[in-house]
Amino acid sequence: MTTSTVKTQTSAPYWAGFRDGLPFILMAAPFAMVFGVIATDAGLTLAQGMGFSVLVIAGASQFAAIQMMIENASIAFVLLAALAVNLRMAMYSAALVPYLGAAPLWKRALVSYLNFDQTYIVSVARYESRPEMTVPERFAYFFGVATPIVPFWVGMTMVGMVAGAAIPEAWALDFIMPIMFLAMVAPMVKSLAHVAATCVSISVALALIGLPSGTGLLIAAGAAMLTGALVEIWIEGRQK
Amino acid sequence: MTYSDAQIWTIIAILGAGTFLIRFSFLGLIGDRPMPSFVLRLLRFTPVAVLPGMVAPLVIWPPATGGTLDPLRLCAALVTVAVGIWTRNVLWAIVAGALTLYSAMGLTALL
Repeated sequence: MTTSTVKTQTSAPYWAGFRDGLPFILMAAPFAMVFGVIATDAGLTLAQGMGFSVLVIAGASQFAAIQMMIENASIAFVLLAALAVNLRMAMYSAALVPYLGAAPLWKRALVSYLNFDQTYIVSVARYESRPEMTVPERFAYFFGVATPIVPFWVGMTMVGMVAGAAIPEAWALDFIMPIMFLAMVAPMVKSLAHVAATCVSISVALALIGLPSGTGLLIAAGAAMLTGALVEIWIEGRQK
Repeated sequence: MTYSDAQIWTIIAILGAGTFLIRFSFLGLIGDRPMPSFVLRLLRFTPVAVLPGMVAPLVIWPPATGGTLDPLRLCAALVTVAVGIWTRNVLWAIVAGALTLYSAMGLTALL
C-alpha cells in the first residue's frame, strides 16, 4: 500500500466531515465573538481570553467560568462550576469508544481535544448510519467536522475581544450572558426529568443566594442532578 | 474581578487540563469498561443542573440594576426560554432574546 492510496481512503471521509461541519460556523462564530466581548468586559487580557478559547475550547464552560469570575468566587468554585458544565463530555467520550477505541493514542488524544457538542453529535450520527466505516475513516471524518469550526472559534474570540473594548456600557452586555445560558439550556430541556432538574436547580440556587459565591450553585447543581436521575428512573419504572 | 494575572492563568490552565481529561476519560483511559448506569444518568443532567441555577439569580436580581427586578431583562429572559423550547435552536433563542432586550431598551429610551 502506498501513501497515496492511504490518502485517498481517508480524504473522502475527511471532506465529507468538512462539509458537515461547515454549517456550525454560523453558531460558533457569533458565540465566540460574544465570549470575546464578555471576556474583555470582565477585564481579561487578549492573551487570557484566547487562552480560554484555545485551551478549554468549550463554550458553555468558558461562559460559566467568566460569570463566576465576575462574581469574584474563589478559584475552586470557578473551576468546579466550569468543569461541572463539561461533565457531559465524559458521556461523549464513552460513546466514542466503540467507534474510535482502536485508534492510536495520538489520534484518540486529538479527538478528545476536539470533542465538543457539534463534532460529537454529527460524527456519532455518521458512524451509526455507516457501520462499514474503518477506524481511520472515522478519525478522518471527525477531524473533518472540526476543521472549519475551530479556526472560527479561536479567530472570532479575538475579534470579539478587540471589538469589545469599543462597546459602550449602554449596550447592557451584563445581560447577554444570561441570554446565552438560557438559549443553550432551553433546547436541552426535553423530558419531565429535565424539567424537574431545571426547577430544582433554579429554586435551590435562589434559596441559597445568601451563601458565599458559588456554594449555593454547587448544592443546587448536585440536588438537581440527583432529582433528574431519580425522576427518570421513576418514569422508566412506571412505563414497564 | 479581583484576581491576579497568575490566578487567572491558573484558572485557564486547570480548566483546560480538566476539560481535556474529561474528554479523554473513556476514549483514552478507561476504554470500554462498563460504568455504573446511575453515574451515567447523573452525568446526563449536568448542563440542566448547573446552568439554570447559575442564571436564575442574574434574571431575578440583575447586578446592573443594583439587584432590583428589571421588567426588560425579565422579558428578554422569558422570550429566550420560550423560543429555545419552541425552536430547539440555540441561535434563534439568542437572537430572539437579544432583540427583545434591545427593542425594549430602545422603547423605554424613547418614551
